[in-house]
Amino acid sequence: MSVGKGGVDKGGVDKGGVTVTASDGLSQRSGHEPDEGGHFGRYGGRFVPEALIAALDELTVFYEKARVDPDFLAELDRLQRDYAGRPSPLTDAPKLGEHAGGARLLLKREDLNHTGSHKINNVLGQALLTQRMGKTRVIAETGAGQHGVATATAAALLGLECVVYMGEVDTERQALNVARMRLLGAEVIPVRTGSRTLKDAINEALRDWVSTVDQTHYLLGTVAGPHPFPVMVRDFHRVIGLEAREQVLARCGRLPDAVAACVGGGSNAIGIFHAFLDDADVRLVGFEPGGEGVHTGRHGATLTEGSPGALHGAMSYLLQDEDGQTMESYSISAGLDYPGVGPEHALLKDIGRAEYHPVTDAEAMDAFALLARTEGIIPAIESAHAVAGALRLGHELGPEGIVLINLSGRGDKDVDTAAKWFGL
Amino acid sequence: MSIAASASERGAEPGPERTAGTVSEGSVSIAASASERGAEPGPERTAGTVSEGALESMFADCRAEGRAALVGYLPAGYPTVEDSARLLSALLDAGADLVEVGVPYSDPVLDGPTIQAATETALRAGARLRDVFTVVERVAAAGGRAVVMTYFNPVLRYGVNAFARDLAAAGGLGIITPDLIPDEAGEWLAASAEHGLDRIFLVAPSSTEERIASTAAAGSGFLYASAVMGVTGARDELGPAAAELVGRCRPHTTLPIGVGLGVRSGDQAAEVAAFADAVIVGSALVSAAGSGEAALRELTGELAAGVRRPATRPV
Repeated sequence: MSVGKGGVDKGGVDKGGVTVTASDGLSQRSGHEPDEGGHFGRYGGRFVPEALIAALDELTVFYEKARVDPDFLAELDRLQRDYAGRPSPLTDAPKLGEHAGGARLLLKREDLNHTGSHKINNVLGQALLTQRMGKTRVIAETGAGQHGVATATAAALLGLECVVYMGEVDTERQALNVARMRLLGAEVIPVRTGSRTLKDAINEALRDWVSTVDQTHYLLGTVAGPHPFPVMVRDFHRVIGLEAREQVLARCGRLPDAVAACVGGGSNAIGIFHAFLDDADVRLVGFEPGGEGVHTGRHGATLTEGSPGALHGAMSYLLQDEDGQTMESYSISAGLDYPGVGPEHALLKDIGRAEYHPVTDAEAMDAFALLARTEGIIPAIESAHAVAGALRLGHELGPEGIVLINLSGRGDKDVDTAAKWFGL
Repeated sequence: MSIAASASERGAEPGPERTAGTVSEGSVSIAASASERGAEPGPERTAGTVSEGALESMFADCRAEGRAALVGYLPAGYPTVEDSARLLSALLDAGADLVEVGVPYSDPVLDGPTIQAATETALRAGARLRDVFTVVERVAAAGGRAVVMTYFNPVLRYGVNAFARDLAAAGGLGIITPDLIPDEAGEWLAASAEHGLDRIFLVAPSSTEERIASTAAAGSGFLYASAVMGVTGARDELGPAAAELVGRCRPHTTLPIGVGLGVRSGDQAAEVAAFADAVIVGSALVSAAGSGEAALRELTGELAAGVRRPATRPV
């Protein structure tokens, strides 16, 4: 809270005992930093064309300056509080807990942020950086459309031109978000190459960026990609865990036994995990998209089933065949349908600090419906994977257990998919 | 011996000491590691296999003829493995000095639509990574010079040292690595030294002086200068960026400099040949190959004439 307590106006509203703010995720070093080249152990780094190195270096320099600049941090906190609505609440879910062996389940309500997911945390930060770099255009990839909507929102707010690349398959299953982005003034470009999903949207965004890098910032939406994206995006999301840790302590008088989050690229998971990395007794559990079951090959469980390799600019785990060709992932959840994962997760898996398990489409959809019926909260299908995983954890822990769930997004965008799934 | 003479003209150490001489501080450890791996130590070391110096002699020969080299790209396995070997041989026969054998990859982020489509076709037709060795072997057996152009993950997956070993055994001369910068290339630097392969890194108009210097120092064979900021693909106008970039590279390296990205015609080849040591053509040749061997030969002939147009070559 170095800068937070000193120089930043935290506002006068009741924060439910939360003293940390978004800027603390940047100004406080976590003690879990990559090396100078952005390597988390053997993972991370920069596997990109030389043409992008200058832009990545520039971004690194601007980010390193911004994270200790009181003006930048104050502006970030102001937007996160007055525009995005932070801090996000912590909600007890006792009726859901009855389905989890009586364990106490706590929902970190990132779904209540402006634009409906945790994505806004990172987007506001990077959009402010874009302005600082004197760039006038942002591009983004999106899977479920949540990052695209958040980016289009920040671009509208800050007067930036915005182009969002989205796999054609995803534009169909997340049509509501396509309309939202267009309403916000963004150009949405359907990507028709490869598997026509998030992976290919990232390829197109990288191709755009290498051609337009002078005026364009690639506002990457997850903790993957070349350095500094994994560390920078993580820092913008660290506020999730910093807030939640305070909230759980205040509410329960102790830390949770486990923290559950869904993992596609891994941004919401790293955001909530990070505050607990040094709390050795807190299990950190990521739930990957198991699709139709990992045995079917139709899944996106990168950490469970993948192997180390380089994709989209970083060394990490990925789903690949024996020739190193990226395999197509599958998930009912567009936001988790990605054959790669952020490099810090790869390290956390290898060192055993976090564990990762698949959750199938069917389990996730059951949890989706259960949360809606028991607590009146319709989660994003992505987040429903975390809810499903938390139900398992609750049964393991029993009635004395406390599980913190990152409810990373809301499910309005998924109503069509759910209606089809449940035959509504 | 033309190799030594031309190297000396550019100020490099002659002959056998070349590797140690041209590669700078950053790579001292590489030479050391090569020795540890059983290569001959110090100045006596002939730096590996017969392929060492093959690109050097090619550039020396071109220089002796007062022209730039023509380097042509086609993907292995496009449209089939058999056809790609035939088309690459035709490319050499019709006037290319060196071929780049492309490895089809699922996520080619530095490629525009033409090469994306061709490599997708190859993958759909069942092209496998090992086919690249077959194709290189065929080209080399016919007396042609070949390097491989590949994104790095297939190499990582195969095993960096194993890939280098098998490429060298097939007669390949080196690898162009569009998404591998020297900073991340430790394993490849060691493997290329061990197996006598050239490591061809890219520089771009956005590269700083420091990065040009360090990238050139880590590389060998030639330095690949991207003519434009962007992905591969034929362009009508190349603009001034390529000449500026080559001019910025010269003070930092004695390596030959090849210019690629966007060249599609004999006139453009002549324009680039005026300031670069090699003209690299990809997408335009892939398009031509899509129309058949005759079209490929015709374009190659036009490009080969372009790099030989004497009026454009400075004294």
